Amino acid sequence: MEKTARIDFRENARNASPAVVAATQKNTGTALKKRAAVVAEFGEARWQELRKAGHEIRLHALTHLDRYLAMVEEKVIAAGGHVHWARDAEEARKIVLKLAAEHGVQSIVKVKSMVSEEIDLNPALEARGIRAYETDLGEFIVQLAGQRPSHITSPALHMTKEEVAALFCQKLGIDACPIPEELTEHARLRLRPEFLAAGMGISGGNFLVAETGTLVIVTNEGNGRLATSLPPVHVAVVGIEKVIPDWESAAVMLKLLARSVSGSKITAYNTFITGVREGGPKEFHLVLLDNGRSRILADKVAREALLCIRCGACMNTCPIYNQVGGYAYGAVYQGPIGSMLTPLLMGTKLAGGLPFASTLCGACAELCPVMIPIPEILLHLRKRFVEGDSFETPSVPGALKAMAKMGRIVLGSPALYRLGARLGRIFQSPLRSGDWLPSLPPPLNRWTMARPFPAFQGDFRGWWKNRQAAVKPMEGKTHG
Amino acid sequence: MGENLLPDVLKKMVLLLERLGVRCELPEAQTCCGQPFFNSGFQAEGREMALRWMKAFADTEGYIVAPSGSCVEFVKHRYPGMFPQGSVEHERAVRLAGRVLEFSQFLVNVLKITDVGASFPHRVACHYPCHLTRGLSVRSEPLELLRAVRGLELIELNEADTCCGFGGIFSVVYPEVSKAMMETKVGNIIVSGAEVVVVSEPGCLVNIRGGLVKAASPVRAMHLIEILAEKGAA
Repeated sequence: MEKTARIDFRENARNASPAVVAATQKNTGTALKKRAAVVAEFGEARWQELRKAGHEIRLHALTHLDRYLAMVEEKVIAAGGHVHWARDAEEARKIVLKLAAEHGVQSIVKVKSMVSEEIDLNPALEARGIRAYETDLGEFIVQLAGQRPSHITSPALHMTKEEVAALFCQKLGIDACPIPEELTEHARLRLRPEFLAAGMGISGGNFLVAETGTLVIVTNEGNGRLATSLPPVHVAVVGIEKVIPDWESAAVMLKLLARSVSGSKITAYNTFITGVREGGPKEFHLVLLDNGRSRILADKVAREALLCIRCGACMNTCPIYNQVGGYAYGAVYQGPIGSMLTPLLMGTKLAGGLPFASTLCGACAELCPVMIPIPEILLHLRKRFVEGDSFETPSVPGALKAMAKMGRIVLGSPALYRLGARLGRIFQSPLRSGDWLPSLPPPLNRWTMARPFPAFQGDFRGWWKNRQAAVKPMEGKTHG
Repeated sequence: MGENLLPDVLKKMVLLLERLGVRCELPEAQTCCGQPFFNSGFQAEGREMALRWMKAFADTEGYIVAPSGSCVEFVKHRYPGMFPQGSVEHERAVRLAGRVLEFSQFLVNVLKITDVGASFPHRVACHYPCHLTRGLSVRSEPLELLRAVRGLELIELNEADTCCGFGGIFSVVYPEVSKAMMETKVGNIIVSGAEVVVVSEPGCLVNIRGGLVKAASPVRAMHLIEILAEKGAA
């Protein structure tokens, strides 16, 4: 997330690989179908109730974050764990590196974690000569390919099984067939010795249950349980917004999460870790990461982006994500959640184009299990980009601003507006072909490169006036 | 936008409403509700346009009907929040928000009319515009009206409620992505086997109609009103 270059969504989208887009569409389609089936089985009305409950739980937790975080800290320490506070990505990396150095760690097994991506943990570990093995199958694949996740829950969503097989052949020096079960087995065999050898396991966390100080991790492959049980040290790096009050809340959230991610009633492995336990790692460290979250919390509109439980449903259903793939968003978080979080974390100077990468169609908000008002937050960030607010100064290009001002003047005066329409009808004639203007000069060609512009047509107001004049004398005086 | 690019839709709406016994009025001073500004981040300009729009309609009474879910949704859901609670403007916005209705809502829910006597013997598919469907929760009304049209055969449209890629400013900020989305929509329309696709939202209509023309497809995109006006004087 510590990028300094502006994210150019248009350019990235233009460069999106057709293979990535095709695989993305296929895989999001499958995920959505499974989700729809399991939600239908649950019952639409019940599901809406559950979403409402999820929204309230998360909002309550965020509103009382100070109290619940203190509770987490107290309970984790009481259970023999250690708690670290990281203001930003750099502090978080330093904490992990220091722990690794103290324990003489040479290799690490990792559980899939978006926060780890956010703080660029792997490159920092590699720079110290520590090998970090991603153990989630999707993460294992993208790590092997030297890529980054293109989706927050299915990191390798942009790849087909054939591509994965080819990758395994090339990088693992094996003869792999494009059969998912066999590919999984190859990854398993490859990773098993790393689980046994690792000096440290690193995870993120899906939730932190405040009342007991319990870290909740869900995985479908069991790698989460293994990586947080076998190595002698477990470090969990978790965003401060992940706290929920109690186990009753956890029951609601787990139901919402499993159905929204993968269309399952329950995730295959639900791992609950409370401090140090018998037979587990000798040390448990919880790193609580802020990295801009408390600033987002101060923003009354945007704070609801922090309700997110990282299910990926918004991305799966987003018609734009499905046309461009995850990489076009140029950041760790993609799709609608990325279009909110990236500009919130990096600022609209660098990521102000992302809130505009939406038609405000609302498909995402319809599926969001915690009812984040996504279009609302995108509008809020568009305003920030254009007008600025108490968080940032505006960064809209001057030309666009001038165009808006002119548009406002023309549309703001009925006389100018009518004049504009008349001029439009006159000046369009050389460009006209039937009812259409097939191509227009820049910047209007941004419209006509996709489809023709409809020609300005006959005068509706004139028609209306003529009719009124014809009708009124017969009706006598009518008033408005 | 409607009066210059789709004047026929407006004329037909007026004629149809009058035929159903509705007295129509057109406030001279109205131009645009301000949504294109507001949704592009130019909220100050959007608010100014809203003030003008409210002034244009302040002295009218009765329902305010538009052939667009997008404009209606904006006035209904956005206007009140633009002005501080307790202000004169806020009060006015709340009152106006209670009076705006999208055309099919007005016919089905206020006039309680689903059969306007139209006849349109064609295979018709229906696109679900986002702001109408999700924004105003208008799903059944257009279908009820279509089902009552003589000879009309409703055809299933794949991904009928997926955005067509217009999205106001989105279409020009990210034209390539907008184009790809529009082509997906047009592709679904073409394979549906429909002769006509109903697109009851001016923005989507201009987008999809243009897309069909560009694809040299014989499928016509029409506003619901244009279909209801067909041989309607029965």
